[in-house]
Amino acid sequence: MSGSAGLAPPGAPIIAAHGLAVGYDGRSVVEGIDVGVGARTSLALVGTNGSGKSTLLRTIVGLLPVLRGELSVLGARPGGAPARLAYQGQFHASGFVLPLRAIDIVRMARFPNRGLFGRMTEEDHDLVHWALRTMGVENLARQPLRSLSGGQQQRVYLSQVLARRADLIVLDEPTAGLDAGGRERYLQAFAAELERGATLVTSTHDIGEAVEYDQVLLLARRVVALGPGRDVLTADRLLETFGIVLRDPHLEHEGRLVVAERAHGHPQVVDRGPQAP
Amino acid sequence: MLRALAAGILVSIACSIAGTFVVLRGLAFIGDALAHGVLPGVAIALILGIPGIVGAAAGAVVMIGGVSVVTSRSRLSSDSAIGLLFVGMLALGVVIVSRSTTFSGDLIRILFGEILGVGPQDLLVQAVAAVLLGAAAFVFARPFLLLCFDRDQAQVAGFSARLYHNLMLLLVAGTVIASFQTVGTLLVFGMLLAPASAGALLAHRIGAMMAVGALIGTISSYVGLLLSYYLNTAAGATIVLVATIIFFVVLAAVNLRSLVPATDEVAA
Repeated sequence: MSGSAGLAPPGAPIIAAHGLAVGYDGRSVVEGIDVGVGARTSLALVGTNGSGKSTLLRTIVGLLPVLRGELSVLGARPGGAPARLAYQGQFHASGFVLPLRAIDIVRMARFPNRGLFGRMTEEDHDLVHWALRTMGVENLARQPLRSLSGGQQQRVYLSQVLARRADLIVLDEPTAGLDAGGRERYLQAFAAELERGATLVTSTHDIGEAVEYDQVLLLARRVVALGPGRDVLTADRLLETFGIVLRDPHLEHEGRLVVAERAHGHPQVVDRGPQAP
Repeated sequence: MLRALAAGILVSIACSIAGTFVVLRGLAFIGDALAHGVLPGVAIALILGIPGIVGAAAGAVVMIGGVSVVTSRSRLSSDSAIGLLFVGMLALGVVIVSRSTTFSGDLIRILFGEILGVGPQDLLVQAVAAVLLGAAAFVFARPFLLLCFDRDQAQVAGFSARLYHNLMLLLVAGTVIASFQTVGTLLVFGMLLAPASAGALLAHRIGAMMAVGALIGTISSYVGLLLSYYLNTAAGATIVLVATIIFFVVLAAVNLRSLVPATDEVAA
């Protein structure tokens, strides 16, 4: 199946959740999630550590069971359409002892489409190299993964996501560990994935990045707000989500808010336009 | 002697394939559990006069079941419980064997193997095991690779993580069961770990890691047999000792090399 053959018509929901409760070991972390994400749109999850972002993402990709409510993903139950889904979690258990080169990691992206025995095609080969090139790590393709730095490994993992050619891309804090160049490549590459027709769901601590998304879901072990970034990311709601919002008079003069997250510690600047309250 | 070498090579091939997964998936714990769990099974088989391999299989099943029950029941770290389970199984095996009249001889044979006494039938069992393992590793190469990389990635990619994890355990158990007659229930653990670990240090691909492991295992069998013949030492233990020494030599060599700035590696 070629990468774009399975794309849903525009407007059809890629993710539809009604009264969804997510959690693990039978205990819910966030309840009452109602969200619809259409094709070619993006959703950012914003909240503190432990607010339920990763739990929701892992439920969407089928790694955690739905506790209550309904959740349909790519027109099926979560995890029911692996050939159309790409997921990148926060941590990789291995990578350290694994005797694999960067290119071997990216090649794995094509396994769901090829099954146990299907031969890798010319298209697969081209996709793998295109993905490595897009993330700027083609020169590291034949290096053992364990010899790469954390940021370089993250670029390789993101190349793997790109090479999936998925209809739904789910990323858990993809920019963590990336340098400025890596971030720039990530932003461009995944904006292009949206253009191609993919749907993007990402958790992020970067408020300035989240504001660019079609929808933002603010989480604090409950749904604080859901809507377009510029409507949702207000001072009051960020205060509700993170606990502390710094009001820097110099920055506020320019219409910017600074969020200091209690748990995480990296202040983020929100550009809310000149008419900020 | 030639038969012993053939047995050593077959065990090396099987153990390097299964051992590669043991090392990459961090299953050393389960390998150890199997080595301990097989003993009482073999001992009971000995008393009842049924083939040891049947008892070994039963022991492996009980041990894997025991470990998974202890792990799932206890929300805390269950190290102590599992450690006790290991020692308990070992003790049970020794207690059972001690009822036999040729107690110490039997025990030594089960624990450390009898590579010089393998018959054509044992060789056949080991050859079949090696072929089956190789075939399984080839057929399930993609899901196994994904599983080694990241359990979640395998699951999301549509390859059931639980199914392939259990399949991997089955392969490790099969290796232990087929190999214990040659190198013994305790030493088989060494043949699972040492050559594959050295392979992990040297190889950059999983297939190469298995090949390097099999080669190191074969060299260990050959050198170990020769040494045991001339030094009059226990053959199985000497083989495992050689394999372990090779691992540490490789470890030292790799560490020494990484101290020297490697300018040519970037171009490779």
